[in-house]
Amino acid sequence: MKNYLNIASLGLLFSVASGVCVAEEVSREQIKGIDEQVQDIKKDVLAISTDLTQLEEKLLYPSNTQVSLFVSLAQGEKFRLDAMEIKIDGKDAAHHLYTFKELEALQKGGVQRIYTGNIRSGEHTLDVTLIGKTAGNSDFHHSAHYTFTKDVGPRLVEIKLAGPGASSKDIEFKDR
Amino acid sequence: MLRRSLWLLGLCVAAQAFAAAPPQKPPRDLYLGEAFYYAQQGEYFDAISRLDTELGQFYRLDERQLDPFHLQSNFAEFSVGDFELSYRMHQRAGRAIKAVLEGNVSQDIKNEAAFRLARIYYQKSDPINALHAIERITGKIPESIRDDEQFLRAQISMVNGRFPEAITILQGMKDSRAYEGFAGYNLGIALIQNGQEKEGLAQLDKTGQISSENEGTLSIKDKANLVLGYRLLESNQPGEASQYLDRVRLVSPFSEKALLGSGWSSVSAGRFDRALVPWTLLVKRNPTGKAVQESMLGVPYSYAQLNLHGKAALLYGSALESFGQELTKLDASIDTIHKGNFLKALVREELKQDPNWVIRLRELPETPETFYLKDLMASNDFQSSLQNYFDLEDLRKRLNAWDEYLDSWEEIIDLRRRYYEPLLPDIDKKFRTLDSQLRLRMEQRQRLDDRLQHMLIAPRPDFLKTADERILQNQFARLEAQYKDDTGEGAEDARRRIKRLQGLVQFDIHTTYDQRLTDAFTHLRELDADVARLKKIYASFVRTRQAATQSYQGYDDQIRQARNRSRDAKEQVAMLMARQGHMLELMAVNELDLRRRRLEEYQIQARFAMAESYDRAVKAQQQAVGEKAQ
Repeated sequence: MKNYLNIASLGLLFSVASGVCVAEEVSREQIKGIDEQVQDIKKDVLAISTDLTQLEEKLLYPSNTQVSLFVSLAQGEKFRLDAMEIKIDGKDAAHHLYTFKELEALQKGGVQRIYTGNIRSGEHTLDVTLIGKTAGNSDFHHSAHYTFTKDVGPRLVEIKLAGPGASSKDIEFKDR
Repeated sequence: MLRRSLWLLGLCVAAQAFAAAPPQKPPRDLYLGEAFYYAQQGEYFDAISRLDTELGQFYRLDERQLDPFHLQSNFAEFSVGDFELSYRMHQRAGRAIKAVLEGNVSQDIKNEAAFRLARIYYQKSDPINALHAIERITGKIPESIRDDEQFLRAQISMVNGRFPEAITILQGMKDSRAYEGFAGYNLGIALIQNGQEKEGLAQLDKTGQISSENEGTLSIKDKANLVLGYRLLESNQPGEASQYLDRVRLVSPFSEKALLGSGWSSVSAGRFDRALVPWTLLVKRNPTGKAVQESMLGVPYSYAQLNLHGKAALLYGSALESFGQELTKLDASIDTIHKGNFLKALVREELKQDPNWVIRLRELPETPETFYLKDLMASNDFQSSLQNYFDLEDLRKRLNAWDEYLDSWEEIIDLRRRYYEPLLPDIDKKFRTLDSQLRLRMEQRQRLDDRLQHMLIAPRPDFLKTADERILQNQFARLEAQYKDDTGEGAEDARRRIKRLQGLVQFDIHTTYDQRLTDAFTHLRELDADVARLKKIYASFVRTRQAATQSYQGYDDQIRQARNRSRDAKEQVAMLMARQGHMLELMAVNELDLRRRRLEEYQIQARFAMAESYDRAVKAQQQAVGEKAQ
């Protein structure tokens, strides 16, 4: 049998070509150097972002009027959440259509802040409607009503969703 | 040896890409959960920013243990480190995790931190520090990271040349479902690297026969077969090589290289007819692929070896035509990169929505610059540079958006100032009047309370007289004074009656003292209820009044600082984008140039081979004519 490398002389072309010098090379040090600078600017921009988040909260949602609504899924839930509608004191507060990525994030334990706003202290009502599909692909539509009290501090309400047939309620509210 | 190192590098990349993040505990704190919501969508900037805000607020608390978040603060710190790693902020992630490692925490937490730190060093190609970090893990390893820790330990051992250790670890991971295929593949490579060639090849053979539905496992199975096949080709065992190369799926990232190798194995065995089978398949694929281009020469080469010189000459002609077209494409690509179109194509939003965007980008006719960059795009250096460029573009957009936020916030503040400033002086004046009245009443109430408390110890019935009783007593006193010196008839009788009536009132006051005291306390409690309501209104007013001032005062400095920092960051981002972009363009042009030279070499080869084939075909024809004439 002939020597493979002799026969496959065509296969050596690459090594011939790679031996030729190019005009300007990019070195590993250059890549590393710029990567470190990118990390530094990310750190700076993150610090600005954190400060702006705090400034925004202080300016637009002071704690004495702030209310935030969070959506989560009960553990192990696999139903498809398509949309959520939320009313506070009968007025539209949030309407959200879910992308696949968002739904997946919720299913993995992520919590979505669906609304942040301002309300007076005292009693308020919350009406939540969820639209989705069951594991069997049939339409699933459910509404729930909740009353909560706004005090001096920020009011956080968790809206925990479960699909049909779950042991817990379809829509469960938790004051946090 | 170089080829061996390349394989090793390949396996490390593949294994690293496969290494999934350890399972994350479900977060309970809402803000922590929110950070995960973003992280799980790949939006790491938002995830880190939210969690940084939450941790910052937590660390500013005086009594942190009273905040339920303290139960999850370690987990949150780790999570920030994880998100930072995913956001390619290795330096900061490393520092954060190191701080946990050196802190006063349990060994479990230290083990987890050491694992993460080792992973950072490993990813940053720092094998010595990775080894030091992983060796800090002692005692029980948390269940959630056990497999990951073992696999990482094996990888670190391999890059440090400690193959026997890696072999022992990987042999213990054969049943790991999370690393199915990967553990076996790495074991094969470790055995080969350790000089146990036979065992290593047997292990790769075993990995190359795994049956699985998992795409990751199927890919590593293909890779095991490819490595095994090429290894045997290099060892002059082409007959054995082909069976492994033929195992590689036809639709797989490794299929083109496998088809090429399969053809060469047949050529090596002198079976040119068999070589045509994989190469004819390969030659129909995308003409930008390295293996495809090589097969364009391989197919006519085989025909020539089969003495079909006419066919070979024609196919060399087709190859030349194709190489010419590809060179035109490459020239266009290099030209368009110089015009800056490459970077514009890379940041096209609609493409990034598609997970296979690199492939789609290559197929778009208006982006010829990306035709030849599939291999380059798969390289670590290019990927990290490209990701940096994307991240910088994202930062640029954010910084621009924040400028608009700051503009609108300033407008809000100005509106609030103009609304409140004329109103507040009058409101404050009224409030001060009400406040002084309120203070007076509160002092009165306090005096009453003190007096009543004292009366529990030292009864003072006279303090609890009613107003009518006071009037009556005053009247009696006046009458008593009037009749005091009267000697007239009836005066004595009047004095006696006055005394009796005085005694009667006094009797009532004294005998009903307990009831009066109880009533007084009841009234005081009723007053307290009113006072509490008043205080609530007062506090609400004070808060609202403070909120009114705080809604427009004290922001100027913060906004000015934010603007300055944002401006500086924008300048820095623009500078880095230009540098990073230039680097990407340079890498792309270099790659295209390399491919260009390769195609030029192929052209030369094809021209010579075509000429030779024509000569031979003509000679064969002449010979045939001659033989016929004889």
